[in-house]
Amino acid sequence: MDWLALSQEEWDAIRLSLRVAAVAMIATLPFGLAMALLLARTRFWGKSLVNGLIHLPLVLPPVVTGFLLLILFGRKGPIGGFLADHLGIVFSFRWTGAALAGAVMGFPLMVRAMRLSIEAVDRRLEAAAGTLGASPLWVFLTITLPLILPGIIAGMILSFAKAMGEFGATITFVSNIPGETQTVPSAIYALTQTPGDDAAAYRLTLVSIAVSMAALIASEWLARRVDRRIGPE
Amino acid sequence: MTLEIDILHRLGGFTLEAKLTAPAGLTALFGPSGSGKTSVINLVAGLMKPDRGRIVIDGEVLVHTEGSIFVPAYKRRIGYVFQEGRLFPHLSVRQNLLYGRWFSSLGGDGVEDVVELLGIGALLDRRPEGLSGGEKQRVAIGRALLANPRLILMDEPLASLDEARKAEILPYIERLRDESRVPILYVSHSLSEVTRLATALAILSDGRIAAAGPTDQIMQRFDLLPPSARDEAGSILETRVESHDDAYGLTTLRARAGSVRVPRIELSAGQPVRIRIRARDVMVATERPQGLSALNILAGTVSEVGGADGPAADLRIDCAGEIVTARVTRHSIATLNLRPGMPVYAVIKSVAFDRRSIGAPIQDAGEL
Repeated sequence: MDWLALSQEEWDAIRLSLRVAAVAMIATLPFGLAMALLLARTRFWGKSLVNGLIHLPLVLPPVVTGFLLLILFGRKGPIGGFLADHLGIVFSFRWTGAALAGAVMGFPLMVRAMRLSIEAVDRRLEAAAGTLGASPLWVFLTITLPLILPGIIAGMILSFAKAMGEFGATITFVSNIPGETQTVPSAIYALTQTPGDDAAAYRLTLVSIAVSMAALIASEWLARRVDRRIGPE
Repeated sequence: MTLEIDILHRLGGFTLEAKLTAPAGLTALFGPSGSGKTSVINLVAGLMKPDRGRIVIDGEVLVHTEGSIFVPAYKRRIGYVFQEGRLFPHLSVRQNLLYGRWFSSLGGDGVEDVVELLGIGALLDRRPEGLSGGEKQRVAIGRALLANPRLILMDEPLASLDEARKAEILPYIERLRDESRVPILYVSHSLSEVTRLATALAILSDGRIAAAGPTDQIMQRFDLLPPSARDEAGSILETRVESHDDAYGLTTLRARAGSVRVPRIELSAGQPVRIRIRARDVMVATERPQGLSALNILAGTVSEVGGADGPAADLRIDCAGEIVTARVTRHSIATLNLRPGMPVYAVIKSVAFDRRSIGAPIQDAGEL
């Protein structure tokens, strides 16, 4: 079973992937929830445009997304330059850039899961809470939020898994630097480009499959829970 | 407590124009579906905003469109028991009951009394999804009551329940009406619930209040009732159980108008019961009838002849201060020469009473 033992470089790639995915997920959570609420609960001019923009990374070739990130968030880009000069946050060719790429790619999945769970909430329960003296903020915290929690967690898991597996946008935006931007998919890609290292590629492939399966099963389970808890009486 | 409503509200092609004052006690808003009953209480609760008008409770203005006053629902302290319960599925029964307490300064005072009043002590640690329809409604009533409301709104709280579950909840609502000082505005399209529960009655028809007043007075005026309920119109007598006759399965009730025998009911002697005598079930005789199968003969005097409706007219008979309404043909009025002041006998068959006209469970109701 020696071939199953992971080398130092492989562990680095896995650790980096986990960190990139975790940061991407946590950083997008407030924006994802706000956007899901906006889309589920409000009507405004240009709503379908906003909805389309959010979902664009799902259908756009990842290379294009990566290239757009490079233009916008690169060291000389309009947003990247501003952030680097004023806040000291640099994305290009850093692991933070990989996290940003993962966040952008995972955002539509996160918003979608949360939006569906918000739309499934029986708003009559919120009205009932209001008649019991709860202000709109309290209604959100004590009724809406607990009822959509499974949807929020499902959205987080999906965005985590997407960020973990992101390749095209990542490699275009931040390249493939071992120890800095070489995530699991990038490492597998590099391994397949050099002859003789198939065992390492297999190992990382198994890790990818395991993480993705776990994420899918967890999100399915949570989706069923949300149905049970907020479905009709 | 008084609640004053004077509102105009348009919903699509439907116009609701309601003017109503509700006194203490249980005021029933009665009318067929689509007459605007639920809209009225949604406006009172603050779940809807009227196009025009005002809603005042105990001198506090909740809504006044001219003055741009609109107190939001959560600041009104008006409890609401919804038709479908609307218990919070993610909270236990206890947490549901205490939900309103999070937003008031009362802490846990009075919780035990309400739990006892509604008989829900055994349910406290359960989840709403495991409760029966009747249990859910009792918890919903307790939840509204514990939020310390100054008025409770009930929107057909029994409509989604079967007869057995209704019979289970009705006594609790009666206790609530009699024991708590919180007034209740009760929406219903069931005349039997209204008969049993309401101290005052407002009839809503096509978005307008057609009549309002004490229940017994309104129920006598079948011309005010919606056509679907006219057959059910009649008089309401407040009675007490006097005795039971188990051999014949009858119960004797004592009213001011006299004693009335009805099918055996499951209440002990001395307990109060409201009965409704349908006007069309009452026969009128000018002399005390002899050799008659009907068991109930009440002596009285004609106080009013009126309300002609096709071949029929209604006759109000004053029986020792209580009014019994009889629906007879105009032909009989003419041939018997019935006129105000004339002594008459109202005759009612015991089997004319059924579970919809007696405010208490009937034993072996069967087809009755």
